[in-house]
Amino acid sequence: MDATDLARWQFAIVTLYHFLFVPITIGLSFVVAVFHTQWVRTHNPDWMRLAKFFGKLFTINFALGLVTGIVQEFQFGMNWSAYSRFVGDIFGAPLAIEALLAFFLESVFLGLWIFGWGRIPEKLHASTMWIVHVGTLLSAYFILSANSFMQHPVGFRFNPDSGRAELTDFFAVLTNKVQLVTFPHVAFSAYLVGGGVLMGVALHLMRRESLRASALLRGVDDLDSTAGATRGGTGSSATAEMTMTAQARQATAARADVPLYRKAARIGAVLTLVAGVGVAVSGDLQGKIMTEVQPMKMAAAEALYETSPQGAGAPFSVLTVGSLDGQHANALIEIPGLLSFLGTGTWDGEVMGINDLKAQYAAKYGATGDPTLVDAATDYVPNIPTTYWTFRLMIGTGIAAAGIAALVLWTTRRGRAPTSKWVLYAAVAAPLLPVFGNSFGWIFTEVGRQPWAVFGLMTTASGVSPSVSVGEVVTSMTVFTLLYGALAVVEIKLFLAYVRKGAEPFDPPTEPSDVDEDAPLAFAY
Amino acid sequence: MELTTFWFIVIGVLWTGYFVLEGFDFGVGMLFPLLGGKRHAQDAADADKRRRLLLNTIGPVWDGNEVWVLTAGGATFAAFPNWYATMFSGFYLPLLLILVALILRNLGFEYRHKRPEPEWKARWDLAIFWGSLVPPLLWGVALTNVVRGVPIDANMEYTGNLFTLLNPVGLLGGLVFVALFLTHGAIFVALKTDGPIRREARAVAGRVGVVAAVLAVVLLTLLGLDHGKTVSWATTAVAVVALLAGLAANAREREGWAFLGTAITIAMAVASYFLMLFPNVMPSTTDAAFNLTVTNASSTDYTLKVMTVVALVFTPIVILYQAWTYWIFRKRLSTKHIPADVSLEHAAEPDTALRS
Repeated sequence: MDATDLARWQFAIVTLYHFLFVPITIGLSFVVAVFHTQWVRTHNPDWMRLAKFFGKLFTINFALGLVTGIVQEFQFGMNWSAYSRFVGDIFGAPLAIEALLAFFLESVFLGLWIFGWGRIPEKLHASTMWIVHVGTLLSAYFILSANSFMQHPVGFRFNPDSGRAELTDFFAVLTNKVQLVTFPHVAFSAYLVGGGVLMGVALHLMRRESLRASALLRGVDDLDSTAGATRGGTGSSATAEMTMTAQARQATAARADVPLYRKAARIGAVLTLVAGVGVAVSGDLQGKIMTEVQPMKMAAAEALYETSPQGAGAPFSVLTVGSLDGQHANALIEIPGLLSFLGTGTWDGEVMGINDLKAQYAAKYGATGDPTLVDAATDYVPNIPTTYWTFRLMIGTGIAAAGIAALVLWTTRRGRAPTSKWVLYAAVAAPLLPVFGNSFGWIFTEVGRQPWAVFGLMTTASGVSPSVSVGEVVTSMTVFTLLYGALAVVEIKLFLAYVRKGAEPFDPPTEPSDVDEDAPLAFAY
Repeated sequence: MELTTFWFIVIGVLWTGYFVLEGFDFGVGMLFPLLGGKRHAQDAADADKRRRLLLNTIGPVWDGNEVWVLTAGGATFAAFPNWYATMFSGFYLPLLLILVALILRNLGFEYRHKRPEPEWKARWDLAIFWGSLVPPLLWGVALTNVVRGVPIDANMEYTGNLFTLLNPVGLLGGLVFVALFLTHGAIFVALKTDGPIRREARAVAGRVGVVAAVLAVVLLTLLGLDHGKTVSWATTAVAVVALLAGLAANAREREGWAFLGTAITIAMAVASYFLMLFPNVMPSTTDAAFNLTVTNASSTDYTLKVMTVVALVFTPIVILYQAWTYWIFRKRLSTKHIPADVSLEHAAEPDTALRS
């Protein structure tokens, strides 16, 4: 492995890791803002408990998203300095603006939200979480416009004197047609994750509290009969009765929380479903644009080697066995015409195949004679098995998440709070499916762009830092991988511990005042 | 004024904002073992309360402080891509260490209070301490080397290695950053707290401040002799005077004035660095012809114009709302304000019901 391969692996590892937390941050900040607003509007204690509970889970997740985001900003310069020089005139601006407009909003207002209990008026307090949420969306917008430039460069010219790409129209970069479909797709995917986390956590707690209440009540019944048997004797009936009442109280409390979590689970399911529709619609639009600007990526999504001419209707294979090299593929399930529809919007539209595109790309880009761009060895075909499978997994996980949401809405209809083992499986799958769906989507779109870093302008291989040695990349990759791995364990354990703890009992908030100078803080680290 | 000069100033201002603000929370983190340790605390419980008190002085603001460095990095990328590319790829290992340190420190701030076990807290305390010590040290080493110049070839690539940076003046730069931020942080603690810890923090600031002053004078004189201009000597003089005034105010228990003093010191020290640097952004020790300057490292005029509009509109807004949060959390804190540890102690019992 040379420095390029290592740098690519490192980019993949730290970026995918970072993006586990990003959609949770976007999605959950929305969820918490809604809960907090509902509390301010209705003063129903349920909303306050949910806002605080999911707010805590949000902060656990946000912390890791934030710190891994710093690495993102630095690594362009560290590992990809040639790339940074080449596109810095265009690419740097969205990053700087992201920091100035989004990161400050998120960080400052999250600090206000976390420490604001009892210190700022409630309406202002609820709005701080909305501002955090807006910050997360702004952040997504700017970084995605940078990414969209890499997918489909616009608003620039290549300056032969400076040897770099230079910005000519910043507005064009911000309204890149790839960006206009990518941003909604990513935002809806984040809401899908937010809905999934909410649904999963709430389902688990709904089931647990329901089972706990039943178990405790069984215990009360047992104690009741024991107490009855010993009554009149010399037994310790008083103690038994005390235990009984304590247990009965706990059981009542547990039972009382079931509707709370049921409500949260249903809200999560609705969010998941709505977001799922948004993901599908925006993804469909994205497919058309992708076919137009990066036809190779669409061909790679299907491992379509031979062009499917107009009128033939290219099928979409759901599952394939055998190799994906164009020789031995055996589609097990095929949907006729679907690939044509995804790519062109008609069921029999022409979809270019890998072989034709390869010749086309070679003629177009190979002829420039620019050795920093491409050379004879440049392979214009991305890694087909990766694009083929991640494309399917992306779609599959999304559909599965929406399916779970529909089932949850059905099984919890009219006050039902099911407790079967299936609820637990659904609770685990609900957050994980969309989170990994996001990862698959990113792997697909980034691998599918290869060999380009900036499509048609610069190859990934020519973007690496010339001054960075293999040893240095190995060091940083090892350090980040080990550190990130360890932190994942810490984060997940902490997250689960707080999930297990459940929503805290309602604690009426104190009005902000400076009267009681010695009162302990309503919230402190 | 040329836009490239304007953006050179903007980046200087962003680094200044970063070091003035994050400087004190680095200091607070470094003071963890001292002000929250055996020396001052009565017992383990008191030590924990003191550490939590220290954390809460910066709790609502440290995250916003840190964004200044992200903005500085982003602005460098946008306005001077070649500077960003050369510096970040050249200072690879120090930056890696800084990233690791920041990751651990930030998680320490957020996670320390989330579990009650002493081992959990002790581990994050270490992360907070080292994570607050390593970045100022390495930023000091890195930026001092930027001013002094590093080996850069005709292709703007850094040709040195880690040890090129670890020269005596570079290391002195690191120490000065650490000592200044320690002083700044101790004064911040004195400004934000009440009770015994306030007095102890003042005492620490007084002692460390003298060391910081001596080291800073030596460093800025050494750098100034090689790279100084009239105006950088002026800012250096202001930095030293402000530090001495700040220490005097600290000795008279005027913490607000003392904090203003150290803030000015840090700002003027950073200003001295940037003034000594201008019009270079990364001078080359290999050949002056290979210097990265505000001209050959910069973006196009169009990009700088776009960025200028954005910066002029939004920077004042950011400063306003960030200042407002400082106002909201202006109250002094003492250990009596720290509530009982409520992290996971009252957690519901494990899911025994589920296992049945």
